[in-house]
Amino acid sequence: MELNRLTIHELQKQLRDGTLTSVGITESVYRRIASVEERVHAYITLTEETATEQARAADKRIQEGDGGPLTGIPIALKDVLCTQGVRTTCGSRILENFIPPYDATVIKKLKDAGAVFVGKTNMDEFAMGSSTETSHFGVTRNPWNLECIPGGSSGGSAAAVAADECIASLGTDTGGSIRQPAALCGVVGLKPTYGRVSRFGLVAFASSLDQIGPITKDVEDCAIMMNAISGYDTSDSTSVPAEVPDYREAISRDIDGWTVGIPKEYFVEGIDPEIKTSIDTTIKTLEGLGARCRDISLPHTKYCVATYYIIAPSEASSNLARYDGVRYGFRAPDGENLLDMYKKTRSSGFGAEVKRRIMIGTYSLSSGYYDAYYKKASQVRALIRDDFNRAFTQCDVILTPATPTPAFRIGEKMDDPLQMYLCDIFTLSANLAGVPGISIPCAYTKGGLPLGAQFMAGHFQEEKLLQIASAYEKHSDQEKRKPEL
Amino acid sequence: MNYEPVIGLEVHAQLLTKTKIFCGCSTRFGQEPNSNTCPICLGMPGVLPVLNKKVVEYAMKMAVATHCRINRTSTWARKNYFYPDLPKGYQITQFDHPIAEAGYVDIETDGAKKRIGITRIHMEEDAGKSIHDDLSGSSYVDLNRAAVPLIEIVSEPDMRTPEEAAQYLRRVHEILVYLEICDGNMEEGSFRCDANISLRPEGQEAFGIRSELKNMNSFNNVQHALEYEILRQRAVLERGDQVVQETRLWDASQGLTHSMRGKEEAHDYRYFPEPDLVPIVISDAWEEEIRGSLPELPMEKRTRFISTYNIPPYDAGVLTASRALADYYEEVVRLCERPKIASNWVMGDFLAYLNEAKLEIEESPIPPAALAELIGIIGDGTISGKIAKEVFEEMWQSGKQPKEIVEEKGLVQITDTGELEKIVEGVLEANQKQLEQYRAGKDQLFGFFVGQTMKATGGKANPKIVNELLKKKLSMS
Repeated sequence: MELNRLTIHELQKQLRDGTLTSVGITESVYRRIASVEERVHAYITLTEETATEQARAADKRIQEGDGGPLTGIPIALKDVLCTQGVRTTCGSRILENFIPPYDATVIKKLKDAGAVFVGKTNMDEFAMGSSTETSHFGVTRNPWNLECIPGGSSGGSAAAVAADECIASLGTDTGGSIRQPAALCGVVGLKPTYGRVSRFGLVAFASSLDQIGPITKDVEDCAIMMNAISGYDTSDSTSVPAEVPDYREAISRDIDGWTVGIPKEYFVEGIDPEIKTSIDTTIKTLEGLGARCRDISLPHTKYCVATYYIIAPSEASSNLARYDGVRYGFRAPDGENLLDMYKKTRSSGFGAEVKRRIMIGTYSLSSGYYDAYYKKASQVRALIRDDFNRAFTQCDVILTPATPTPAFRIGEKMDDPLQMYLCDIFTLSANLAGVPGISIPCAYTKGGLPLGAQFMAGHFQEEKLLQIASAYEKHSDQEKRKPEL
Repeated sequence: MNYEPVIGLEVHAQLLTKTKIFCGCSTRFGQEPNSNTCPICLGMPGVLPVLNKKVVEYAMKMAVATHCRINRTSTWARKNYFYPDLPKGYQITQFDHPIAEAGYVDIETDGAKKRIGITRIHMEEDAGKSIHDDLSGSSYVDLNRAAVPLIEIVSEPDMRTPEEAAQYLRRVHEILVYLEICDGNMEEGSFRCDANISLRPEGQEAFGIRSELKNMNSFNNVQHALEYEILRQRAVLERGDQVVQETRLWDASQGLTHSMRGKEEAHDYRYFPEPDLVPIVISDAWEEEIRGSLPELPMEKRTRFISTYNIPPYDAGVLTASRALADYYEEVVRLCERPKIASNWVMGDFLAYLNEAKLEIEESPIPPAALAELIGIIGDGTISGKIAKEVFEEMWQSGKQPKEIVEEKGLVQITDTGELEKIVEGVLEANQKQLEQYRAGKDQLFGFFVGQTMKATGGKANPKIVNELLKKKLSMS
């Protein structure tokens, strides 16, 4: 068995037993990359040299009996997380050569845990997209079907895990950017509660929605990663000083007696029949585990997409103002004066989708339009949050499909931004409400593409997500498949 | 037609915190360009602001000192605009929920008291500095000042004359410096002022169209710019034209304002709530703690000086101009117990020497105890006031104690009437001609004899005794 195909917990056991080494695991990961990366293109930057050093250091730590659950484990990082000395592009030309002078808090935590960093994964430019097609560095392909997109914006991180080009990865999720690609690539992806994981060093897209989370091969790995990255950070004022439970403990508990809410607004006419069937099957499995599934209502669901596409671009238009060519990153060489330099730098430094969102956001915040757009959207957002708070008085978790369709063909939606925006229809409500959500593989289409089920829980109830996802994972009839590459 | 000016001021005060508002960088002035910077104040991708609590405390102090209501919850906003010295492309400031509102500052012009309303006080970060080199055609950016904390103090449009505006500005400046939250240095830009001014026909309720004046870096500049702007706007109105709403820059060298940007070119700052910071929540207990920590403010001190020391309001005003000066004066009085003489000395020679030497009070070579001793030996007649000036100069130069100097130089006042009588007689004898003229009715010559007597004693004669002796001698025929 190739080591790169294993999970964190499987490898961890053998690392501790001394039957294998981090150097060995890391080598197997890069062998895999050498054989499939040309087809998948999950990475923007590979860091084999430092990874090998990190693996050696990890092996030493383990020998000295100092290792933790992530010591020596090769992990891929979405290229939106700042890594000291390693370029961090956000999938954009404007940051093509940007080398951060500091590490994001999650990077520091993983370094301290002894993780090995494989490289920086591909993504939609500044995390704006649902297919990884807006990357300046070319599209990532879905390991299950190379003609298809892997989802996005954390498409590289999801594809790298699905293709066994790493053991686990970190993604970020502003409207579904972890859960949607995880679903389309047949892996596990969790977006934590807003405030659970420090955003320091995460290059901001929409500050009030962004969260960092794990993408893994199974639920137990997801819990291990959550243990490593969660917690209050004095460098992020919006991180919450609440106690972090041991997530790994949650996965051994059953869900007998739980109530699972099925929001009727998520099962409207025209839903893909295979998706509908996959959720019906999931419901049966959960009922077999002693859970009761009941209909609930999230009445403001129909406003989620509109609300999201005001708030996220508004914040983005401000967050991306710093890319002006003055201090770092790309600067257009032929600016005649200050204004001209700004215009040329930003016109050629940003791609079409990013510019579209900057314009939408700038418009929404403009004097005379603010009340009708940004302010109204903020008010609706509060109603959406209330929907969830009310729902969680009636159920432990909410179950929905993760995506409205399986992975689609590359190029299919690039000319139709509205169709692209609807890819996140089931996931972006969790970001608006700030609640956690997890996507787990639940079925395969006739064409052999994975589908995902999404669970959502109340604020800081990640334990519940991991608990039900793990119970489902253990007892589902669904066979474990790997993509053939 | 008579027009009435309506003036409101916006003051930006740099706070004297050791570190910047959202990161740990030093706020020290005059460092190597871009040396006081880190990824956070450079606006690197992915960084987040963390609020410096001291900034909130300082803003609260100013709010309490200006009788503002401190809001229990206030929030941060982003003000978006592009400029090379604004690293993030937005300034973190407070917009619709500032930390404090609805206060006032009392001023006095021509003996009349007037209350100037404060609309709001809010906290924000400063921008960096752009330096344009016309020779090379290059522009440089220094971000040492970026994210240095500021408070903005916005007044109501309550001022009606440039003098009132200048007076208000002096009071606000004084309070900030008293609170030790701002160094008040206008030249280095740690205390800046913009003015809004409009004219309206006398008796009219509604405000006229205003212009905003910038670039005034002294109290006098503010007053002159307003004076100029009143003349300019009046001329526009008298021509039958309308004042244009615009931002105008004061040009101190030419003594006039010129248009910087019109209403159409005004920025749309696209304010929205700052998602990277949580609201500032201020408890009653915290406000009370701040209230309790406030020093005596200039106005209170002035009133107390007048009543306690029985000195004229003018003296009290000068002596309370800074906390250090007021403390110095009070220490001198405590030791010598002669408040009015102390006031004369502190306001007179002491301040004159300090200004001449460009020294701060703390740097003065004459500590309060030495000045008190000097005043003491004037009071007990050991030396004359005239000699005291000499002694003072010697104290300033050498740092020696007054008694020591008096002894060394033999400056003790001659109060021995017998000794002085002989000297006076000698003077009269030596000046027979003047004596005759005096006796013939030329009274003004009395002063001449006093002067000659003082000269003969090297200034050491007790002037009172000399006067008495001369009167006595001259009336004898």
